[in-house]
Amino acid sequence: MVLLLTMSLCAVIGIVIERLAYRPLRSMPKLTVLITAIGVSLFLEYGGQFVFGPDPKAFPELIADRALEHTGALTITTTQLVAFVVTILLLIALTFIVKRTRLGMAMRAVSNNPTAAALMGINIDTVVSFTFGLGSALAGAAGILYSLSYPSIDPLMGLLPGVKAFVAAVLGGIGNIPGAAVGGIILGVVETFVGGSAFSTYRDAIAFALLIGILLFRPAGIFGKMQAEKV
Amino acid sequence: MNYRHIKKFALLGAIILSALVSHYSGAINSYYLQVVIFIGINITLAVSLNLINGYTGQFSLGHAGFMAIGAYVAAYLSTEHSAGLFSALGGTNAFSLSVLFIGVLLAGGLAAAVAGLIVGVPSLRLKGDYLAIVTLGFGEIIRVLIQNTDAVGGPRGYSGIAGYTTLFWTFSIAAVTIYVVVSLIDSTYGRGFLTVRDDEIAAEAIGINTTRYKVTAFVLGAFFAGVAGGLYAHSTTYINPSGFDFQRSIEIVIMVILGGMGSTAGVVFAAILLTLLLEYLRFVSGYQWLPEVLRRIAANRMIIYSLVLIALMLLRPQGLFGRLPRRGAVEIPGGKRKEKKPVKVA
Repeated sequence: MVLLLTMSLCAVIGIVIERLAYRPLRSMPKLTVLITAIGVSLFLEYGGQFVFGPDPKAFPELIADRALEHTGALTITTTQLVAFVVTILLLIALTFIVKRTRLGMAMRAVSNNPTAAALMGINIDTVVSFTFGLGSALAGAAGILYSLSYPSIDPLMGLLPGVKAFVAAVLGGIGNIPGAAVGGIILGVVETFVGGSAFSTYRDAIAFALLIGILLFRPAGIFGKMQAEKV
Repeated sequence: MNYRHIKKFALLGAIILSALVSHYSGAINSYYLQVVIFIGINITLAVSLNLINGYTGQFSLGHAGFMAIGAYVAAYLSTEHSAGLFSALGGTNAFSLSVLFIGVLLAGGLAAAVAGLIVGVPSLRLKGDYLAIVTLGFGEIIRVLIQNTDAVGGPRGYSGIAGYTTLFWTFSIAAVTIYVVVSLIDSTYGRGFLTVRDDEIAAEAIGINTTRYKVTAFVLGAFFAGVAGGLYAHSTTYINPSGFDFQRSIEIVIMVILGGMGSTAGVVFAAILLTLLLEYLRFVSGYQWLPEVLRRIAANRMIIYSLVLIALMLLRPQGLFGRLPRRGAVEIPGGKRKEKKPVKVA
């Protein structure tokens, strides 16, 4: 249905972008690729603004938003349940792909040592393309889940969540998928509490303050491994 | 006459020239005047960011935050507290106005420098992506904090700022910024910045205190950005926190990248070029003979910026005047560049 179509489309877009903008720069220093990535991100956002118009649009109601459970003061709605269930399913699928399939093993090998991986016969191009496709598909899914709960969408809506995704990943430990999930949960909970408290306008700043705190005291993240820097 | 003296004369010459031009600036079309002042402000911003990004290799995406602090502090001081200063200096004349303006600009710069210290210290152990995102985060935190401060108008913005900025101030400050940065980099102490950029571990190994250089770069860069922010506030007379967001940071970053990270001349050139391009795009969107699509693209400058960024990285990552680091080449200042000769195995 809509979710699968969107994920496939995002995967294709991600692979195309990787082909055009990132692959030619593979031998360049990481800074160049970072700048290019920022450029691509801006291009997608403002290009979207150009194509779709900058005004927020309404997201169609894919799932009737009904309150499900009443346990005293707590109400769970259908959208929240769907978001939760889909996230768990996608997480399980991702962990399965990375840990139990050969492509996943190839991904981990390339991340560990690209030269050795290439010598072992792994096609780096294919692996990188696949990784980008996977990541983009998941981002697309996240977009839909987000819009289920907040049905007003505009082309620039992704910048802040994108940075917060980075914060969540760092919080949990880069390279650690369950860690990223935990990081996301922590970030979401903190944000919601701040948003409901007296300091609600500082909600966005809190995410960054959290990032800075983690990087100061435990730069590898909660579940990350402290890696010694090789000279 | 050696290089040092040339630099001092150039600085003095620039200040005198800008004073002269400023004196007759009443005759220039006020729109052109505003554009030229923006060019000067952008030059200061770009050169200050070049110190952090280009010369020290710390990729900072939050420069607009420093500019914002400088702008708001300067604006607040000049609107709220100018009366006291004027009465102390005997009325509102040219001298007291100048003293006030320098005072608030310096105050804005110092406040921004403190922010640079706060940003620089946690960023010490971060590299590459992490540093970029953290500086982006700091920029956003600063913006959110300003937005929540009602004393300076919060989200409504701060209006009614006196229009003290003239060509003289703008270009004198730009000249001073260039002078400071270039002199610093060319000095013995200043070479430390470049070593931090080139190879941090090697720098530490030969005894360079990388911490001190990184923090100094942030503090200095933030200072000049703050002063530029003060100039900006007193030129547009109305500032709003949303004008100092990630988009503004990216605009400055593009100037540095286009000019070549680590080349002050290139960065100045790129600042002029991009400011003019932006203004020119405003006209292009009015050209009736261009197809509608192109006109709309011209009106949306971020699309152009992002395409420029991508194209630049793919085609010429060192920017216009920058140099790609070459492995194995030994540079002897003043002499010929010695290439590492391949060893002949007999």
